Amino acid sequence: MSSTTGGTGRSTGTGSAFGRIRRWYGANPLHLLALLAAFALAGYAVRAVVAAGQWRGFAEWFVVAIVAHDLLLFPLYSLADLSMRRLLPGWVSRKGRTGPARPAAAGPPLVNYVRIPVAFSLLLLMVFFPLILGLSQPQYHRASGLGTQPYLWRWLATTGLMFAISAAVYALRLRRASARSRKEQPPAT
Amino acid sequence: MQRAARMRRAARMRGEARRRRAARRRRAIRASAAAEFNRAAALVRRAADVARHPAEHPPPGPFRPGTWRSPLRGLWLTSLLAVILLAGLTILAVTGLLSYAAYDPLLPGNDQTPGAGLLRFYLFSWPTHPSWLYRADQGVHVTLGLALVPVVLVKLWSVLPRLFAWPPVRSLAQILERLSLIMVVGGVLFEFATGILNIQNYYVFPFSFYTAHLYGAWVFIAGFVIHVALKFPRMVAGLRSRSLRRELRTPLAATQPEEPDPEGLRPARPAAPTISRRGLLAAVGGASLTLAAIVVGQSIGGLSRRTALLAPRGLSAAGPHELPVNRTAASIGLTAADVGTGYRLTLVGARTVTLTREQLLAMPQYAVELPIACVEGWSYSCRWTGVRLSDLARLAGMPQPAAAQVESIQQVGPFRAAALSGAQVGDPQSLLAVTLNGRVLPWDHGYPARTIIPNAPGVHNTKWVSKITFLKQV
Repeated sequence: MSSTTGGTGRSTGTGSAFGRIRRWYGANPLHLLALLAAFALAGYAVRAVVAAGQWRGFAEWFVVAIVAHDLLLFPLYSLADLSMRRLLPGWVSRKGRTGPARPAAAGPPLVNYVRIPVAFSLLLLMVFFPLILGLSQPQYHRASGLGTQPYLWRWLATTGLMFAISAAVYALRLRRASARSRKEQPPAT
Repeated sequence: MQRAARMRRAARMRGEARRRRAARRRRAIRASAAAEFNRAAALVRRAADVARHPAEHPPPGPFRPGTWRSPLRGLWLTSLLAVILLAGLTILAVTGLLSYAAYDPLLPGNDQTPGAGLLRFYLFSWPTHPSWLYRADQGVHVTLGLALVPVVLVKLWSVLPRLFAWPPVRSLAQILERLSLIMVVGGVLFEFATGILNIQNYYVFPFSFYTAHLYGAWVFIAGFVIHVALKFPRMVAGLRSRSLRRELRTPLAATQPEEPDPEGLRPARPAAPTISRRGLLAAVGGASLTLAAIVVGQSIGGLSRRTALLAPRGLSAAGPHELPVNRTAASIGLTAADVGTGYRLTLVGARTVTLTREQLLAMPQYAVELPIACVEGWSYSCRWTGVRLSDLARLAGMPQPAAAQVESIQQVGPFRAAALSGAQVGDPQSLLAVTLNGRVLPWDHGYPARTIIPNAPGVHNTKWVSKITFLKQV
């Protein structure tokens, strides 16, 4: 994530102790002190987790959270986005291959009117999946006396609404674009 | 004769042709062997070069700068998302730490994380006024947390090429800084995951929520503070590198990649944009607002409750009593015998007093309008009537206790008891309530009597109260 190191740009004589530390460490010694302080604070918090006898699950979830995002979620959504763009009209690859033929009217690109509602919907699913998929039904019922049944329908309804809004905005922009192109190129008589 | 000579000549020619073919074959073999050798030598030279200068030879895939093509990645975009998160995550941390203080962990039995040690340095006696403070604190904590999910995801997207920076390490300073990023990225993902699962009662984690969410927060805070300290100047430079107003006026057709930056966030070979920068920002902002809109109703009530579609205690969660239930009577195995005519309330102070429900109803009754505000973010304001806790303290012969221990009929489970401070017991709004919104307290809400304390976390309003012990000192 980060390659450049912080620290002030103070110039130092190569012979001084400060300069030697700087060359050996790769940044201002203050950088080292600040990082050590941060590690000490985090270590103190982890010590309490160890004392509570819960460090294993804690550490696992910490690592799994990073791996799941950086090496699973990110590649998956990037791949999904790329695949979707290939299926839509107007796609041109680096080698000049194109997606399905583009409709005659040159409107705004369709891609964002598809991927934004898709992304919204998947985001809601990712956040509320225990309720939407009914996974937390037993504990949710014990706590609230209610069922998780409504959440699937509410999520589907929200998704439908977002696609409808997106389609409406796209249709509007398409009409505006075609009206503009008609004005610019009056039909030959 | 002639025929024999012809045959000899033909044989000679065949022999020559054979020899020529063989020579050609030999030459071809020699040439291909030489080519193979050259290829092998080039590979060896390249391997030696890679071994000598690994920094200049990233492995294939995400380690090659050419893999990253998005023309929107760049220092300005990352800095803009960073400044939003700097404000947002700071508010999340402060509201979260305040919530810990709201549990009054210094009173006996209240601390869910008794090993916190020095991390309790800032704790103070939680006030009873304003009575909406805890409600606002947790409403902001949960709603803002959910609204920041898309911002966190896009911020991580914007800096993800840095995870695969080649060479992976340049100096000791950089190794340590990358390690500190585990605290930031792991911390934010861990905190969001545990918080989001907890508000939906999806307890799949192999640890106590309180333990993990508090200590995870401190690991995150440690990484966050150092990350902000080290990156702040670069963030300011990034924000100054472009004008937000101009970006918001730039359509897709005019969207250009940012200038190359020292962090290498802008790709070396940006592709043609498929969305404008303002389009991406609108999508992120829209997603944040959508998330907030479909949950905030569980915290602020009114008309917004009707749009609280996906909030765990939003639309239709309130039930007939206009207040969602937390822990049903059935789930703790409460029976009619526990709360029927045999019910007794025991008060322990300078003397011990036992009251029936009828005797409780015969005492002076007071009405208050107070919210039940859950750590999970939902809160509902209700009308309650009941007996003042201070009147009960006087009845037990201890008019100004230092603290009180309130216990439930519920025998097991977390929060079957809560310790209240002297200020909480003494507040004229603190009641042992017997009605809710004008009706007899329902079973699920703590019949025959429950405490309602202004500004206390929901679980400190003990249901099915059976015993109150007033303490002279803590």
